[in-house]
Order: sequence, then structure tokens, then C-alpha cells
Amino acid sequence: MSWAGPEDIYLSTSLANYLDKKLLALLRDGRKLFGTLRSFDQFANAVLEGACERIIVGDLYCDIPLGLYIIRGENVVLIGELAQKAEEVASDLKGTMKKRMDFLDMD
Amino acid sequence: MLFFSYFKDLVGREVTVELKNDLAIRGTLHSVDQYLNIKLENTRVVDQDKYPHMLSVWNCFIRGSVVRYVQLPPDGVDVELLHDATRREARGG
Repeated sequence: MSWAGPEDIYLSTSLANYLDKKLLALLRDGRKLFGTLRSFDQFANAVLEGACERIIVGDLYCDIPLGLYIIRGENVVLIGELAQKAEEVASDLKGTMKKRMDFLDMD
Repeated sequence: MLFFSYFKDLVGREVTVELKNDLAIRGTLHSVDQYLNIKLENTRVVDQDKYPHMLSVWNCFIRGSVVRYVQLPPDGVDVELLHDATRREARGG
């Protein structure tokens, strides 16, 4: 992402705020991948844990479990943060990647 | 750099980002970076019925390379300022 100046920290477009969150990744080929973001880089390459592909036809959908995925950034259209349910928030607070990345100085 | 600076001034405004895959997303511009990647907040999709998977997405990161248009409010553009900045860039570059 960009080299942040002092005022840019608050404007950061990095995916750091999305770490350990359940996300929707839309790909250029139309696929929808759901998973927990574990890692990313400046090209928007991403590591999704517990990934599943959701196939939607009309009112019906099904999830195909995929496991651990690395997505090449050039295929990413958007990464969306999903509204999280309360239980998921509670379990996420335990030992997450975010805590191990204190040096990122995100908050 | 010109459009990066321009979008930085637009942070906090409501914009509609139209992507190359025809998806159009309306939201508040949260941040932008040198690649013109865009982060939107309070997002809603323009044609919600066509994109049901986007229903529970409230913030998103959009890769700059997939943006076709960024639609702005008419008062979001100070045309004179933009003209001047463009002339300066053209002279310098």
C-alpha cells in the first residue's frame, strides 16, 4: 500500500484492519470466496483461512469448503467486511494474528 | 499523484464506484492510496437484487485496478482547482 505520512495513518487503505475478520473476496472470474483474512501484502495478495466458495443460484446457495487459500492480488475485485455475529467476535478475541502484529501500530 | 491528492480531499464524501465487472457500489469514501485502491464505508450496492452476496457487506476494500468510474457529487469538484493542478503537473512532467 502507500508509504504513510504522519497524517495518513488514520486514512490507511491497508488491509490491516481486516486481519482475522471474516471477509467476502470477490474475484475477477465472478467467484465469491468467504474466509478469515490471515495475511496480505502490497499487491493485495491474501491468505484466507477456512475459505469456502459460495455458489448462489436465485434464492439458493451452497458452500464448498476449500481450506487454506492464497489469492493472487491481480484476481481480487473487492474485499468486503461482513457483519459479524456476537459469538464469532468473542472467539476471535482469543489469540489472533492481530495481537502478534503489534508492530504494525494500527490503533 | 494528482488524482491521489484529489481523492484524499474527497475523503468523507458519498461516492459511487463502478467496477469493470459492472458492479456499482455506493458508500462513504474512507481512504485511498497511491494505487487508487479505495476503501468505502456504509456500502450498499446500487442494484441489490442482482448481487445478494453483498447484502451483509458494510465496509469494503476495492482494488484500484478494477475501478471503471468513481461517480462524485457535482459539488465535489472544484473545476478551477483541478485545472490549475493539471496545468502544473503538465508543466512539471
